[in-house]
Amino acid sequence: MSIQIKGLSLEPRRQTYSHIARRFGEDRPATRYEEATYDIQAVTNFHYRPIYAPEYEIHDPSRTAINMADWYVFKDPRQFYYGTYNMSRASMNETIDRHFKMVDERGLLDQIDAGWMQKVRDYLIPMRHYEWGANMNNILICDYGYGTQITSAAAFCAMDRLGMAQYISRLGLAIDGNTGEALEQGRTDWVEAPYWQATRHAVEDSFVIQDWFETFVAQNLALDGVMHPLVFGEFDAASQSHNAMGITLITQFMTDWFKDNNRWVDAVVKAAAAESSDNKKLLSGWFKTWRGRAEEAAAPVAGHVLGDQAGAALKTVLDQLDARAGQLGLED
Amino acid sequence: MARNVSIVLQDTADALPIIEAIKSDNPDAEVQNMPSLVRIEAPGKLVIKRDSVSERIGRDWDVQEIQLSMVTLSGNIDEDDDQFVISWQ
Repeated sequence: MSIQIKGLSLEPRRQTYSHIARRFGEDRPATRYEEATYDIQAVTNFHYRPIYAPEYEIHDPSRTAINMADWYVFKDPRQFYYGTYNMSRASMNETIDRHFKMVDERGLLDQIDAGWMQKVRDYLIPMRHYEWGANMNNILICDYGYGTQITSAAAFCAMDRLGMAQYISRLGLAIDGNTGEALEQGRTDWVEAPYWQATRHAVEDSFVIQDWFETFVAQNLALDGVMHPLVFGEFDAASQSHNAMGITLITQFMTDWFKDNNRWVDAVVKAAAAESSDNKKLLSGWFKTWRGRAEEAAAPVAGHVLGDQAGAALKTVLDQLDARAGQLGLED
Repeated sequence: MARNVSIVLQDTADALPIIEAIKSDNPDAEVQNMPSLVRIEAPGKLVIKRDSVSERIGRDWDVQEIQLSMVTLSGNIDEDDDQFVISWQ
């Protein structure tokens, strides 16, 4: 006797949430990214205006001069929501943990030339303060920004920055034998060393930008576009002749992260610039200002670390950034 | 008329972008929804392309990841780094 098992197919009444079906014009199964992101921003029925800024609603698109007909054209190419973000960063973190272990076991930090080790302390440890500044700025974008596609990705970016500051702290502790002396010195350098002052000035000025979209361009496009490839790219390339493989392994998170994060930054700037010529003008103006500040900020650091090679390294970095801005539709 | 080839995938969030990619790359494919499964049939040939799936999920998709969602298939497989092809040879 054979038994036939009969399957009964139940058609679900709806494939996704109504607001997602309305947005895409059809009731089809939606991805988690779509369900967690599109049209989540609260837009109506706000009761109280913030007492610190009564001219705005608590969520207000007019907090930026950028105008968008639809605030959901900033699709994150990585499609990060809480789950995918954590999976991606957990695997990156695992790699770096292994690298830390390997650097420790093989004593790679002890093999670095003494003179260059001092340079590493000078340029790398104070970067934790730069990353903390970037964390502040991205939290601000998340706070004042409009549209979940930007605000949730900015929150993820902010957490990345805190993570990178912690990796640098961990490296500092590995260098100074867990005394914290390298971190103390790093802070003193950030506040007092002449070659860091232009960078600190730019970072502190970025804290008081009033328009959150300008903060986005200043921090994530201009300042990062110069500081990250310079510190983790050009300085790192120069360090290879000083046996600094250990530093390369530990800072691999930063180089991987920079590529990953730029996909999102580029998508946001490109979509905003493509919306209207007014937007394009604003973005281009902000980029021009902050690219200038970033160049001023990076020059003394590059000079201190690379000496007479600094000009060429800085030019490489700036040329890359300008080419990227051109591709995003920004004008001179 | 070529014989049909088919693939059956689990009806999960992971398989959704693969199904979407198959639909757009294989206009002849016919999709049947079954309880917790999705069966896709096409005359002669079905192609699953890495680029199409990668584009939908926003990261690089390894063709071998299809094994995590696949229940069964009928046809001969030709698999390389860029695509997974089911056909009768």
